[in-house]
Amino acid sequence: MRLSSSAVRLIIPAASLAVLLAAVFYMQPRAMSYTGLNLLFNLAVPIALATIAQMLIMSVNDLDLSMGAFVSFCACVAATFLQTSPAIGVLIFLGAIAVYAGIGVVIHLRQLPSIVVTLGMSFVWGGLAVLLLPSPGGAAPGWVRWLMTVKPPLVPMAIVASVIIAAVTHYVVMRSSFGVLIRGVGGNNRSVERAGWSVVGIRAAAYALAGLFAVLAGIALVGLTTAADANIALRYTLLSIAGVILGGGEFVGGRVSPIGAVIGALTLTLAGSFLSFMRISPDWQIGAQGAILIVVLALRLFLNRVEKREKNR
Amino acid sequence: MTIKRMLLASIAIACVTAPVSASAETADKKIALSNNYAGNSWRQAMLTSWDKITKDAVSQGIVAAADPFTTAENQATEQAAQIQNLILQGYDAIVINAASPTALNGAVKEACDAGIVVVSFDGIVTEPCAWRIAVDFKAMGESQIEYLAEKMPDGGNLLEIRGLAGVSVDDEIHAGIQAGVEKHPQFKIAGSVNGDWAQDVAQRAVAGILPSLPEIKAVVTQGGDGYGAAQAFAAADRPIPTIVMGNREDELRWWKEQKDANGYETMSVSIAPGVSTLAFWVAQQILDGQDVKKELVVPFLRIDQDNLEANLETTEAGGVANVEYSLEDAQKVIDAAM
Repeated sequence: MRLSSSAVRLIIPAASLAVLLAAVFYMQPRAMSYTGLNLLFNLAVPIALATIAQMLIMSVNDLDLSMGAFVSFCACVAATFLQTSPAIGVLIFLGAIAVYAGIGVVIHLRQLPSIVVTLGMSFVWGGLAVLLLPSPGGAAPGWVRWLMTVKPPLVPMAIVASVIIAAVTHYVVMRSSFGVLIRGVGGNNRSVERAGWSVVGIRAAAYALAGLFAVLAGIALVGLTTAADANIALRYTLLSIAGVILGGGEFVGGRVSPIGAVIGALTLTLAGSFLSFMRISPDWQIGAQGAILIVVLALRLFLNRVEKREKNR
Repeated sequence: MTIKRMLLASIAIACVTAPVSASAETADKKIALSNNYAGNSWRQAMLTSWDKITKDAVSQGIVAAADPFTTAENQATEQAAQIQNLILQGYDAIVINAASPTALNGAVKEACDAGIVVVSFDGIVTEPCAWRIAVDFKAMGESQIEYLAEKMPDGGNLLEIRGLAGVSVDDEIHAGIQAGVEKHPQFKIAGSVNGDWAQDVAQRAVAGILPSLPEIKAVVTQGGDGYGAAQAFAAADRPIPTIVMGNREDELRWWKEQKDANGYETMSVSIAPGVSTLAFWVAQQILDGQDVKKELVVPFLRIDQDNLEANLETTEAGGVANVEYSLEDAQKVIDAAM
């Protein structure tokens, strides 16, 4: 029996997650419990949502460098407007999603490099976030707080949420015709156009969907932290990109995997805990985190090569 | 025979348990330090102080462990994850210097719910279940005017050097100075500049405003700016006023030189990086079952004419005057808040 290449892609992230999890359980048996798992993974939920958002952008061959700033902005909106006057809060979010769609249109029509446009936008989002919350504060809306601290029976919230995110996005991106179109634009933009589809529209929709997931990431983050500040999620830009790659995605070609992306986000979060349990000095931690990434990617490259050799045979 | 043996055994047990009675409550407790940043001399001194004091405490059997953890990127989400890991590692108390006053509240709440004592200092958290050891910067500003009022009852013109605009510490010290001036109306703030807590910026700013100022009797500062102000006055060939210092080594050295040369008098005030050790003892006291108020105020470190030499000697070149706190100091702080 031979595995399909997409299954091979999923095996590596899943295996690395399992290995890390086993190592964490070995070092810290306390983690092997309901609360333990929740504490390990609850901060991965907003990262997973941001990773999905980044994955959608990457599936049309673009890169979003404003992810961290945008999630911070959304967190600030969630901690202020969404809490005091929900209607205005929802309107702001809708506006932000529209802006994301607009960015997609501009990038496509003017043939601009997405890196430059989103880098510029990161300052816009950062500035808006500071305007909203000049000093750290705000409060999470009650229902968001409830949602993020709810204790479902048997399986902790963090795991349930990750599974739901993975399942929903897998359906949207891998099973629906809309998902096929998005990945088609990343894979071969011209043939999608020849088939009579509006590539502008598809790109705008992909960006809007990414905006929606980033908004959800901001809301989820505030639900966990209970309050926001303007710099709360700046790490998410690089974390989300690393999560997509770790989960078997590629920078170009529309080759992405939603389940892999969620696993990638969980793996990254777990890697941090792992290093902390190992008592690695903070001076070495960034380096060690990088080393984990490199090992996983090297493993994938190796498997890719094996796969290719078998095909050529 | 057996009774004799039992008696001997119970005596042995009594001997083993007796000596630790003073700290028996916390001998098996573990305390962690969650620190968000280690990239400047103040933070390095803070970590060194923590290391020094807690190592002694562990070897004396007062606590079982006191491990410092620093996050690599000074980001709130990273520190929140770190705190959740510390919960999993089974610490009984977590001492926090926080990256954000609000963004860690969720993780802090998780810790409280798990029955962990959370003590924040310097960078404090607003979550109500945590303890806060805050610096009364306003009192720090006011103390400068109090000192000057005693030294020069006739009053006179003041030059105020402020810190970095838009930072809450600057506002608070400034408010304290203003409150002091209102209480002692013989003083008048003739001019005000931003020195950004840095010698070079302060020197430039003071040099710029000096020509437009009348005779200045004293300079009130926020720390890190006194030496630059002195240089600016010297360069403009004006009589050097009483400049309040901020415990930096270069400021203290300059003060010492002036004191030896012409009996120059002033005072110096700032917070000591060793405040981390105060937080450690407060956490230990809470674990010991003491009743401690949630809001504590850290005393600032003041250097006067007579203890200048002693402080200068213990301050590293380019560093900040430091003091490590003892259990007794922590008890004093706790009692003061009652």
